[in-house]
Amino acid sequence: MFRKILSPFARLFEFHARTHYRTERHSMALTLGIIVAAGVGGFVEIAPLFTIDETVEAAPDMRLYTPLEQAGRDIYIREGCYACHSQMIRTLQDEVDRYGPYSLAVESQYDHPMLWGSKRTGPDLARLGNKYSDDWHVRHLVDPRAVVPESVMPQYAFLLERTLETESLPDRLAALRAVGVPYSDEQIANADADARGQARPGTDAADVVSERYGDATSVRHFDGQRDRVTEMDALVAYLQILGGLTDAAFANQPLGEE
Amino acid sequence: MMERLTGAERQIALMICVVMATVGLVMAAAGRGDPMGSHGAIVLIAAGITTFFVLRAIGEPEPAEDRTVNYYDDPTKAGLVIALFWAVVGMGMGVWVAAQLAWPDLRFDAAWSSFGRIRPVHTSGVIFGFGGNALIATSYHVMQRTSRARLAGHVSPWFVLLGFNLFCIVAASGYLMGVTQSKEYAEPEWYADIWLVIVWVVYFVLYIRTLARRNEPHIYVANWYYMAFILVVAILHIVNNLAVPASLTGAKSYSAFAGVQDAMTQWWYGHNAVAFFLTAGFLGMLYYFLPKRAERPIYSYRLSILSFWGIVFFYIWAGSHHLHYTALPQWVQTLGMTFSVMLLVPSWASAGNALMTLNGAWHKVRDDATLRFMMVAAVFYGLSTFEGSFMAVRAVNSLSHYTDWTVGHVHAGAMGWVALITFGSIYSVVPLLWKRETMYSWKLVEWHFWLALAGTVIYVFAMWNSGIIQGLMWRTYTDSGTLAYSFTDTLVAMHPYYVARACGGALFLTGAILAAYNVYMTIRHAPEKHPERDYPTSSEAAEPAVPAAE
Repeated sequence: MFRKILSPFARLFEFHARTHYRTERHSMALTLGIIVAAGVGGFVEIAPLFTIDETVEAAPDMRLYTPLEQAGRDIYIREGCYACHSQMIRTLQDEVDRYGPYSLAVESQYDHPMLWGSKRTGPDLARLGNKYSDDWHVRHLVDPRAVVPESVMPQYAFLLERTLETESLPDRLAALRAVGVPYSDEQIANADADARGQARPGTDAADVVSERYGDATSVRHFDGQRDRVTEMDALVAYLQILGGLTDAAFANQPLGEE
Repeated sequence: MMERLTGAERQIALMICVVMATVGLVMAAAGRGDPMGSHGAIVLIAAGITTFFVLRAIGEPEPAEDRTVNYYDDPTKAGLVIALFWAVVGMGMGVWVAAQLAWPDLRFDAAWSSFGRIRPVHTSGVIFGFGGNALIATSYHVMQRTSRARLAGHVSPWFVLLGFNLFCIVAASGYLMGVTQSKEYAEPEWYADIWLVIVWVVYFVLYIRTLARRNEPHIYVANWYYMAFILVVAILHIVNNLAVPASLTGAKSYSAFAGVQDAMTQWWYGHNAVAFFLTAGFLGMLYYFLPKRAERPIYSYRLSILSFWGIVFFYIWAGSHHLHYTALPQWVQTLGMTFSVMLLVPSWASAGNALMTLNGAWHKVRDDATLRFMMVAAVFYGLSTFEGSFMAVRAVNSLSHYTDWTVGHVHAGAMGWVALITFGSIYSVVPLLWKRETMYSWKLVEWHFWLALAGTVIYVFAMWNSGIIQGLMWRTYTDSGTLAYSFTDTLVAMHPYYVARACGGALFLTGAILAAYNVYMTIRHAPEKHPERDYPTSSEAAEPAVPAAE
């Protein structure tokens, strides 16, 4: 019986070997064979993700990163934070208990690129926003072991000294719009001023940031320095918005249920 | 080495250098104040150095050699030496980043020296710098020997080799300056990516043209793998790096993909960088150098066919196993898991084929450390592909993912398989290329073997322990139903393993340094010996030349 079951496979294999024997005499046939064989899997797995609507949930309250937060995100990428911190809470009970509701696809729908990460040398940061104060973040980034003695995180004190470069932000937002983030012309044109405004509460520039990006936007001296806008401002602003772009994850997951 | 190019070839080389210098100048001028400007300067310097070597040869008389009776090995030699240089740099960086996790103050407080910035220097340094150069160099060697034909061209092999290294340098220096797309193993920014596409197209054309010259009707199995490596890496690279630059005068760009689609594309790329860069290419190496060194034919042609097409077809599906339990739709996760498990069949077919080839030559494995490198590489290949299939199972992945277990798995493959097969190949090919009797010191090869093996085993065991402990601690609950350990509790538990890991890596690095020294001394001091029958066959009347196929 075994033979009977296996015989079609044997014949297939025989056919395959014989086809290959002919193919391997022609470099272009081999080339085409490789491209086709390797192309199938990628196409079947990736293409439908763009066409099946349920892949990304709808979240009407989804907001965009402000220019300051986006600048902070760019610093997060520049420093390679993603190498040790994931931003993806898996659908496992202990992760939900430790970090909060599991991550939804919609939460990173404007993340070009995504920062889901692959390794947790440090904890997951998907729901870090508003868990700690700005001051905690600044002190932690300046000297991680002063706040968490066991930490192995590098220190980033230099961020406090570096003035944030904001002139390129309109270009950056425009590039993001080109890849699908719905920034308006107005948001792009004022990105430079908005970035500085968000870290300078009480100024005129600060008021228009909330108008353009919604009342929920945090306008604060993120790094505690009143006189200037530093890279620390941007990074802390970004860390404080993590998990806060939409409430969809909290809405669809009654806590304590997997 | 440039003296061996004809006058016309030297002129072409010079023109390429001038074009490169212009590109560098434009980049430096346009990107002032941005890291792109520094990269322009690097391109300019690289073009300048190459120009110097070309100019030095430009007035020399035409080469006298008869090109039909020799293989063209200069780029292979250069590539092997550069590969060893990158091995020491990349592995050195690896030991440093590993040490930073055990002793975080080893970072010395500079902006460029943080874990996040130098980790990609390590990964790119060993994967692309060491692995890539070794692949390019050995592919030149293998395609000429198995086709019994000389390389199709003399400028293009240099262009591919040096162009690829320019990519590596721009990549590594970029990470230190904070230039990164954050896509793992695809960190370089848009202009470096475009440059790599150009280099890669030339590489493919060179490969196909050399195959077209072959004096063998059949294309040997090693070449199938090298071709799969070249072709699929091109596809992966182009798709995953699609991005829109924020401006043409700056390095920053934004990926065309976002969120879940980006995650899938990234790990389709990431896992197949493992498949087609770190597996297919090195299997090409294995299929040539192992039978050659053992002086035994490949055990089974049928198994070669099965494993080749199995690897090409199955691997590409497996990427989604990096995204179990995430926001990626479950059907894609399941496909990834299924194909990852099936992948075990072609993987073990390859490993088995290699080990069975050694039947009748096991005494050589005992006596010859070079062959032992390749044998142990095949064993590690079998072990790590088994581990990979196992870890791709969703239930196992829930424990292993995000922990050091993954890191250990990668290093079992990268150190135990990729690096060992490369060192084995280097030791067997260096005496041949430089026309030496043997390596300078067989004792050093022996030392290297045991250092590398010990380093790998220590490394992998340390990471298994730390990964599994951390995974279990994360999911441990107290009797009252709360999480038993804080994240920092797990960090404390990791420390001894991080120390052990750094030690394992240091042993491995020591071995690589010995290899570099041994190769240098072989080139300089080993007694000469001209290899027999190492020339394109068609030119040799004594041996019947088989008419070229096609």
